[in-house]
Amino acid sequence: MAAQFDLKNDGVVVIIGSGAGGGTLGNELAQKGIDVVILEAGARHEYEDFVNDEWDSFAQLAWKDKRATSGDWRVAKDFPNLPAWIVKSVGGSTTHWAGASLRFQEHEFKTLSTYGKVKGANLVDWPVTLAEMEPYYAKAEAKMGVTGTNNWPRLPGNNNFKVLKAGADKLGYKECHTGNMAINSVERDDRNSCQQTGFCFQGCKWAAKWSTLYTEIPKGEATGHLEVRPNSMVIKINHDASGKVTGVVYADKDGKLQEQKARIVAVAGNSIESPRLLLNSESSKFPHGLANSSGQVGKNYMRHTTGSVYAIFDKPVHMYRGTTMAGIIRDEARHDPSRGFVGGYEMETLSLGLPFMAAFLNPGGWGRSFTTALDHYDHMAGLWIVGEDMPREENRITLHKDEKDEHGMPIADVHFDDHANDTAMRDHAYKQGQALYAAVGATRTFPTPPYPSTHNLGTNRMSEKPADGVVNKHGQAHDIKNLFVSDGSQFTTGGAENPTLTIVSLAIRQADYIAAQMSAKSI
Amino acid sequence: MVTIYERKQPQERKLGLSRRELLKRGGAGALLIISGSAVISPEHAWGLETSALKPETMATLIQVARDIYPHDQVPDKYYAIAVKGHDETAAKDPAHKELIEKGIADLDKKAGEGGYRGLGWEEQRVALLKEIEKTPFFQAVRGGLVVSLYNQKEVWPIFGYEGESYSKGGYIARGFNDIEWL
Ligand SMILES: Cc1cc2nc3c(=O)[nH]c(=O)nc-3n(C[C@H](O)[C@H](O)[C@H](O)COP(=O)(O)OP(=O)(O)OC[C@H]3O[C@@H](n4cnc5c(N)ncnc54)[C@H](O)[C@@H]3O)c2cc1C
Ligand code: SF4
Repeated sequence: MAAQFDLKNDGVVVIIGSGAGGGTLGNELAQKGIDVVILEAGARHEYEDFVNDEWDSFAQLAWKDKRATSGDWRVAKDFPNLPAWIVKSVGGSTTHWAGASLRFQEHEFKTLSTYGKVKGANLVDWPVTLAEMEPYYAKAEAKMGVTGTNNWPRLPGNNNFKVLKAGADKLGYKECHTGNMAINSVERDDRNSCQQTGFCFQGCKWAAKWSTLYTEIPKGEATGHLEVRPNSMVIKINHDASGKVTGVVYADKDGKLQEQKARIVAVAGNSIESPRLLLNSESSKFPHGLANSSGQVGKNYMRHTTGSVYAIFDKPVHMYRGTTMAGIIRDEARHDPSRGFVGGYEMETLSLGLPFMAAFLNPGGWGRSFTTALDHYDHMAGLWIVGEDMPREENRITLHKDEKDEHGMPIADVHFDDHANDTAMRDHAYKQGQALYAAVGATRTFPTPPYPSTHNLGTNRMSEKPADGVVNKHGQAHDIKNLFVSDGSQFTTGGAENPTLTIVSLAIRQADYIAAQMSAKSI
Repeated sequence: MVTIYERKQPQERKLGLSRRELLKRGGAGALLIISGSAVISPEHAWGLETSALKPETMATLIQVARDIYPHDQVPDKYYAIAVKGHDETAAKDPAHKELIEKGIADLDKKAGEGGYRGLGWEEQRVALLKEIEKTPFFQAVRGGLVVSLYNQKEVWPIFGYEGESYSKGGYIARGFNDIEWL
């Protein structure tokens, strides 16, 4: 039975956000018998309620509260109030996500040591190594049912994958398969196997794809130690005179302000909301926001170097049928500066339905050059580029000076400029992607610009030294012992890999640490 | 309110117009005609009634929509549905009404005698649209179309997009991997 805790109960761990980080941490703690309240800004929609329709699903699940943008990234021009495509709903962005689940490579935890100083980038090494993470990666893969691990077969390749694979073979790429996906290739965990519906981004109506919504959260609730409170938007974290956090203020479903007391607070609102909340929690003791003695809160915003390549063929493909992202080429993920940039990138199959293709293929584009592309929608194949981008202090989340949301909280301003390394990498990837499709006979290819960010990282980063970042190797604030960060904003650097497996692994690891600290009475 | 209606009987007979007259009244394209407060497509038996915008404006807007996102295989009806929201907004918001009426009037003026719809070649009309590409009028029309045109389920099959698939059991037995030409 799901627990219900009193607002005045100051023994609970309060987690803000129920996505990859928060939902996982909540269940892990509950399994250890620790009482947890997850406050989630969004509503609770169960998987039966998901809709196989891009805009309707967006309206149901996405974070649509206004945000502002600035910087030279094209998103700021095309989608000035939608810098990120992420979720506001129980389950967070794990409802929308595609399921690609990759481990970081060893050197990606040590970028400063490996790449050396990069001008205009704020690189530091993670305070964690791959060796330390491996046992947690293994636990996360087992929990999420990642294909290609634990003897679970990989998913069968769909049409879009077959085109990718044929191109990869022609270019001589060696590592191309249907990926490591947190999608059931066989029935397990009391959930269906993938039915190749092709609406992974709209929430999986078969529950074949892992999401905290119907895995971690109900499992945690079943322990009697977890309460998930939807429609609860946290706007401030309170602290006492000693600097320890004591609870959070949130707007409940009726917009009324409530205070939930807490022994520990863990922030997991994704990399725009988490720093926004810390900055908004400023006080006379912490005039620059909570946990911000380093000044790094909100800085080093990363979004992966992304882009897509779509291609048209003289024969049909029907790329939208089947699993959206089950297809990957990993050969370019290595660090090889001879290509003109540090770090690497993955190429993964991607498909959008017609409505989203129209919105994202070339935002702002019109006329026959644009429409003749869509005319051949069913003859299209597509891939997504996801590569490591450089952390920069200037790329940051700040509180908007004038505009406030319905609760009076300043909206987030998301500033991003591409680093020269990002641009060089993207150009390289566009060339490879276009060559790949040309090799299978594409008659026309489209180097498509980045979408609003789905991977948002780095804005409360981990660091060995308190001066370099916001949290330590366990996601614990350098400044405040009982305050944790549990989402992708902890990332010191982004790696080339989709981030969620790492977010989940860090949350499992953090739960062990929090439990140990609690029983040692040190927090 | 804008209503798009399917007509049971050919409009020619109802209006008592001969086909020749229709062609005359329809302007260069002879595709859409204006009658009272309605834009009518005699060829395809549908009409659109306007409430705030002039029907002539609506007819031109439909042509503008097609010139912005030209798909030769998509009938006018779907472009009409895609822009009818501007009439609804104009009915509630005088500023929007002015934006659209002025925008269209400006295009007509630029086009010279015969107006925008009188220009016979798409290239001629597109050249005018290019001139106004940066204006709030153009941005409002183009921006709205991205959703209002391409999010009509009725147009999806024209592009070969099959839409919702859960109720049909996904594609696991319906061709997710049926590509044969590789
Ligand atoms: C379309 C799409 C496809 C993706 N595909 C992949 C993929 O294939 N592989 C991969 O690794 N990653 C993928 N991602 C990214 C992945 O979803 C995210 O990296 C991951 O979910 C982030 O976890 P998180 O815990 O940081 O935040 P989220 O999962 O976004 O959860 C944050 C939650 O916190 C809530 N919240 C925020 N602020 C507050 C507040 N103040 N009070 C209360 N609640 C709050 C939000 O409503 C949200 O529910 C994809 C994302 C999208 C959108
Ligand atoms: S393709 Fe598979 S994982 Fe994706 S939504 Fe359909 S059943 Fe779920």
